Amino acid sequence: MRPRQVAALLTVAALALSGTACGAKSSKDDKPSANGTAGAAAEPLDPNTKVTISVGCQPPKTAKEFRADWDADVAAFQAKYPNITIESKDAFPCIVPETFQAKLASGEMENVYYVYYTDAQGIIRNKQAADITDYVSGVKNVADVNPLFLQTLKDEGGRLYGLPRKAYTMGLVYNRKLFARAGLDPDKPPTTWAEVRDHAKKISALGDGTVGYGEYSAGNTGGWHFTSLLYGAGGSVVGPDGKTAAFNTPEARNFLQLLKDMRWTDNSMGTKQGHRWEDLMRLLGSGKLGMMIGAPDVVTEAFNNFGAKAEDLGTAALPEAKSSLLGGDGYMINPRSTPDQIKAAILWLSFHELTIGEGQFNYARNKESGRPVGIPENILWGDNDSGKREKELRARYSTVPTGNFAHYDQGSASIPPKVEPPNAQAVYALLDTVMSAILTRKDANIDDLLAEAEKKVNAVLSRTK
Amino acid sequence: MAVAQRTPRGARWGPAVRRNLTAYGFLSGALLCFAFFSWYPMIRGFILSLQSNNFVDPPTWVGLDNYRTIFADPVFQTAWVNTVVFTVLALLCGYVVPFCTALVLNELRHARGYLRFVVYLPVMLPPAVAVLLFKWFYDPGPGLFNQVLGLVGLPGLSWLDASSTALISLVLVSTWMNLGTGTLIYLAALQSVPGELYEAAELDGAGFFRRVWHVTIPQTRLILLVMLLLQIIATMQVFIEPYLLTGGGPEDSTMTVVYLMYQYAFTYKDFGAGSALGVMLMLVLMVFSAAYLRFSRDDTQERS
Repeated sequence: MRPRQVAALLTVAALALSGTACGAKSSKDDKPSANGTAGAAAEPLDPNTKVTISVGCQPPKTAKEFRADWDADVAAFQAKYPNITIESKDAFPCIVPETFQAKLASGEMENVYYVYYTDAQGIIRNKQAADITDYVSGVKNVADVNPLFLQTLKDEGGRLYGLPRKAYTMGLVYNRKLFARAGLDPDKPPTTWAEVRDHAKKISALGDGTVGYGEYSAGNTGGWHFTSLLYGAGGSVVGPDGKTAAFNTPEARNFLQLLKDMRWTDNSMGTKQGHRWEDLMRLLGSGKLGMMIGAPDVVTEAFNNFGAKAEDLGTAALPEAKSSLLGGDGYMINPRSTPDQIKAAILWLSFHELTIGEGQFNYARNKESGRPVGIPENILWGDNDSGKREKELRARYSTVPTGNFAHYDQGSASIPPKVEPPNAQAVYALLDTVMSAILTRKDANIDDLLAEAEKKVNAVLSRTK
Repeated sequence: MAVAQRTPRGARWGPAVRRNLTAYGFLSGALLCFAFFSWYPMIRGFILSLQSNNFVDPPTWVGLDNYRTIFADPVFQTAWVNTVVFTVLALLCGYVVPFCTALVLNELRHARGYLRFVVYLPVMLPPAVAVLLFKWFYDPGPGLFNQVLGLVGLPGLSWLDASSTALISLVLVSTWMNLGTGTLIYLAALQSVPGELYEAAELDGAGFFRRVWHVTIPQTRLILLVMLLLQIIATMQVFIEPYLLTGGGPEDSTMTVVYLMYQYAFTYKDFGAGSALGVMLMLVLMVFSAAYLRFSRDDTQERS
């Protein structure tokens, strides 16, 4: 038997092994504070109590500037709170799904760990994050955050289990250079799907492997974009009770038909399909992709990791959008942390992720270290005073032509953000099937596909614990 | 040594025990490795499949709930069908092709060493590299395969981008990657066939194919059978190909049992259900393993 296949078969079990081997340690730890008393939680951290917390997602050594900025932030924070020691754990990417459970089981999980919004609900359901509701009650920076962006980090009872770092809604990302080459005005991004279709056709006509409009259909990203397109069209993936599928509707049929037409009639979506997250990023980085739906963080990502030039890209609001899928990331707290560790963690997160002018919002410093500033990739604050100050600072220190991204900023303000469906990953996996069928099979029947997916999603939702 | 000579005990048990003790000493390393990395995880996987475990709180016993979750999964059946189809196709290609390659190599008089090296070469590539290489070959646009098809005037195929061809495309990758190992084993088996048998057959006027049918296959029957079982066990665990190439798509056409297991454990963060699926697969594979053990035992008995 080939060793790698034995390894694949036993991965699940082998990780569990490390779980039992180290799991015993937890009983010796301080009492988990997840259900700690509200009184103690609301009290501020005693300045004489020495606390050490480990924090994940420190930039790796290869990202020198990012790491230096992070370390400087840690030093500044520790100077402000001499009783708190931050142990940074570097990781790229910040979360590796394969090690998540094993780290929790072995006690290796950081006190403060990084999550995507998509995974937050599952983690809350599994009780793998500490309830921090009482700890944040008096924290002004948290109170300032647009409550919609905390919703993803709350359970059904409204208890809070994490703090956001970034929040954004879906829009349209496009390549201004390709627009110009195809004879389109880069300052007039499409505002209707008919225009998207027309522009995609013109861009793909440039040839040489240029893709007019790119779309995902594998690795659960197809289901994620299905949801984005459906939300844009005003639909919902699940009904209000969260227990039944609600996407077998004319809204879904419309955008699927559009994708089908672009793929097979116009041939403007490229021949290669089955794209996963990094595939479109790579295509965007290589300058061969005209348009895709995505939040402005796509621009930062394509710039930081895939060789794109930020000035070649532009963002616009999702065309004809009635609502827009909310995305983002943040931090949750290991339920094995002590109450003092949770208090220290909240102080750190409030400082590094939620203070305008500090940490991630230290635009002056970000500009100095050559990072792109000016892309509207974080709308945590909405339109309140903090939001206004963030926008003002971002404009002052911008390093990219902010006009390229203004269409998103202006257009998205009036589109209500909408959170992901329950059991998002499992639902996305099933919706991947619909997307891949439309994009890989010319005779795909939209009605049949939606009916079939509806049945499957209902089966998954009905057994959600 | 000195102690053994002095005490009556040493004299009574003799050097045989000491020799065996050394053997047990050597064996213990392997036993410990198997215990830690194979047997214990298997038992642990079985226990996990009956538990709900978030790895923070003490686990709770949930009976067969995880198995019910798996059975209710709409993709469960698809994954098994795909795995069986993949296994059958992989056997058709991955069993016949290396055997024929070995037959041809065995018949060759020139450049044998060189050709053996060439055949074995793909095995030396790390599997992930080999698989990703095929991702480029399969690209429907500039990919190698469609370019070659185009050169000879044939229309390109969708390869990984169509539910009708994706699974067979994975079979091709798998066959290519594992061709070398199979060929070498068959070649060794072929060379153990006594030359007189071929000479006799040749004197009787048997051609190449009759020699293969009447001499080679009967003489290597047991090796062939053992390899068949080993390949079934290995290919039913197909994971890396769908994981790297297709993500189970398009339309779940390459969703396999182990990939679904991975989805449960790591994407849905449900180790219980993932382990339940693992136990099911283990039970199926145990049937083939039992058959393997039986036949390989017969083999040694026959030879001794």
